[in-house]
Amino acid sequence: MDWGSILDNTLRGLIGEQFIFFGLAAIGLNLHFGYTGLLNFGQAVFMAAGAYGLAMMVATWDLSFWVGVVVGVVVFPVILALILGAPTLRLRADYLAIVTIAAAEIFRLIMRSPSLDQWTGSSDGLTAFANRFYEFSPFDPGQRYFFDLFIGNQMWVVLVGWVVLAVGVFICWLLVRSPWGRVVKAVREDEDAARSLGKNAYSYKMQALIFGGMFGAAGGMLRAIGTQSAQPDNFVTEITFFVWVALILGGAGTVLGPVLGAAILYAVLNFTDVLLRQAVRADYIPNSIMSGVQVGQVRFMMIGLALILLAAFRPQGILGSKEEMALDDR
Amino acid sequence: MSPSRAFLAFVAAMFALLALGSPAGADLVAQEDADSSTIIRGTLRTAGEDGEDVFVEDVTIVVTDEAGVEVGLAVTDSEGNWIVELPGGGTYSVLLDDSTLPEGVPLRSPENNPLVVEVREGASRATLFPLGEATASAGNTIEAVQLFVDGLKLGLIIAMSAIGLSLIYGTTGLTNFAHGEMVTFGALIAFLFHVTGVFGITTSLIVAAIISVIVSAIAGGLFNALVWAPLRRRGASLIAALIVSIGFSILLRYLFLYQFGGRSQFYPDYQLQKKYDFGWFTLAPKDLFIILFSTGILVLVGLGLQKTRAGKAMRAVADNRDLAESSGINVEQVIRWVWIAGGALAGLGGVLFGLTEALSWEMGFRVLLLMFAGVTLGGLGSAYGALIGSIIVGIFIQMSTLVLPSDLKNVGALITLILILLVRPQGLLGRAERVG
Repeated sequence: MDWGSILDNTLRGLIGEQFIFFGLAAIGLNLHFGYTGLLNFGQAVFMAAGAYGLAMMVATWDLSFWVGVVVGVVVFPVILALILGAPTLRLRADYLAIVTIAAAEIFRLIMRSPSLDQWTGSSDGLTAFANRFYEFSPFDPGQRYFFDLFIGNQMWVVLVGWVVLAVGVFICWLLVRSPWGRVVKAVREDEDAARSLGKNAYSYKMQALIFGGMFGAAGGMLRAIGTQSAQPDNFVTEITFFVWVALILGGAGTVLGPVLGAAILYAVLNFTDVLLRQAVRADYIPNSIMSGVQVGQVRFMMIGLALILLAAFRPQGILGSKEEMALDDR
Repeated sequence: MSPSRAFLAFVAAMFALLALGSPAGADLVAQEDADSSTIIRGTLRTAGEDGEDVFVEDVTIVVTDEAGVEVGLAVTDSEGNWIVELPGGGTYSVLLDDSTLPEGVPLRSPENNPLVVEVREGASRATLFPLGEATASAGNTIEAVQLFVDGLKLGLIIAMSAIGLSLIYGTTGLTNFAHGEMVTFGALIAFLFHVTGVFGITTSLIVAAIISVIVSAIAGGLFNALVWAPLRRRGASLIAALIVSIGFSILLRYLFLYQFGGRSQFYPDYQLQKKYDFGWFTLAPKDLFIILFSTGILVLVGLGLQKTRAGKAMRAVADNRDLAESSGINVEQVIRWVWIAGGALAGLGGVLFGLTEALSWEMGFRVLLLMFAGVTLGGLGSAYGALIGSIIVGIFIQMSTLVLPSDLKNVGALITLILILLVRPQGLLGRAERVG
């Protein structure tokens, strides 16, 4: 057992790239679910929109990196939120759930389709769109940084990611203590009451869907930059539920909950992942029980189990208050 | 004869009919032994005049790796066998050179050529290229009619699985995202008894299917008793229950992947059948059976809901739970039966789906999205709505390949789901009610 590598990976989960990508997406989902009560089961599609917004602008149409960033973080998520929200936000909460999970699958199938290969790269996805980003990097790609945890390019992604995350948390904090934030919370608690006070609940829900989607898109875009590829299978529907676990674990409806949840989630996932991998390699676990391929599947089972246990026994998570986040019917 | 005995007799008769179908089998089971070299292999065969196996000789198969570099080439021998040795595990693309196929033996699904397969280090990976009368080659069929019939078959299977989803929603308010995994469960249990074997004993597909339906019904009942009933007793909100169901969906799906592996598999029985020619369309005997059998089951379910006490109670609870409870209906008991029946129907749907398409660990999730489309179109909570909606969705999916590339056919159905919600959110048969 190489405990040094286990510790490294756990730390990387706690503060590294995955934590940043999913932390951002969880902040977005927090605006959806934690503050407005929207059941968005398709945060993966917003993440994919951010990734493909950038990748397609740069790799397919040869536009500048900055155009790609604007399209990925603003244009695509807004269009997507309007398409998903328009038919469902007037209906019972589970309709949004069904439509968003379906949308995530639709988007993935379209991006995979060979008939659109010249624009989307089909199942291979798109690459070579993030060079401009790394040109700004002050770090030497050959060196290791931060207690040797990250190589130069990763360090640059992590540093930018932390700044974006901090800005995201700050914006979220400003939003939820603004009058706007009080209205969406009112919509979450009792939509009829909010409407009877003259608030246009539909419009507020749509705005929350758009804002939260933008955070998700930012997370997805950073992920595409970090891995230097936008691939449809990086945004499978299960990805959404990693974000959900991060959110509920940390505490939905709290400003720092999603960030804390993402950090803990990825520390735990990385820890078990490396631990199991090493146990399998060293034959502490016989191959007949678990093979190297199967280790990767364990993390998805853990996500499923975490969702079940959290929703059933601790819906308010670590930071949330029971009164505010009892997962009530809306 | 009581209704339940009649039902069993009907099922038995249907299965007896199936047994008379043409016998054909294919050795499609991947065998993996760790100490041999890594290979991809397969057997090319097609059905002869009387449905017997005919091996296809001298067909060239080329294997390339992910970078597009050719790693091996094989030509089928007189028994139709081909083997390509690989340098190691990984993802490979297997291309069947269709110009080397004999005259009149087309690939059944040309869109699956080349086939991308993942091979584990040291594994022997069986790859299937189904051959035989593709629908297009059958001369005088009309494509739209053929697609309509194929769609009807798909729709009936979706409907069978979706009725449980809709009834569970109607009686408990839960949108059960794990329902797709109940479909996969049924298909895999049948595979377990049919191919893998339990204590070394394998059964025919018919027996395996019957066992699978029974096991699925029990599993549905247990799922309710162990998870949903306690949650209801604790007064858990519907949203908490919804998230729990998603958790189960992911957990079960990856348990299936863990146990079953990532490959698609097929039931060996009834794989290669000569199609009946109905003029405007052709149908393999198994597909004709699926259409008749599922229609029969759905009619029985409809009659059961309409005529029997239990069925009436189910509809009453779905209609107005409080009213039903105050008129003396034991709501918990009704819910228990809904889960048992829903589990059995989902399991049966899974077996039928595996019979016409392929078995995979995530088949249920794909069906789930189609069920959602069907149930929403018909009206959430209405059993008849689920039926009609699902059939329309099935037909729509197949017919949409007239204009859409076939890999996007499910996309069309899901986009329609969004459009339906925009125009008529309560669905075709649902009650118009507006929340918010």
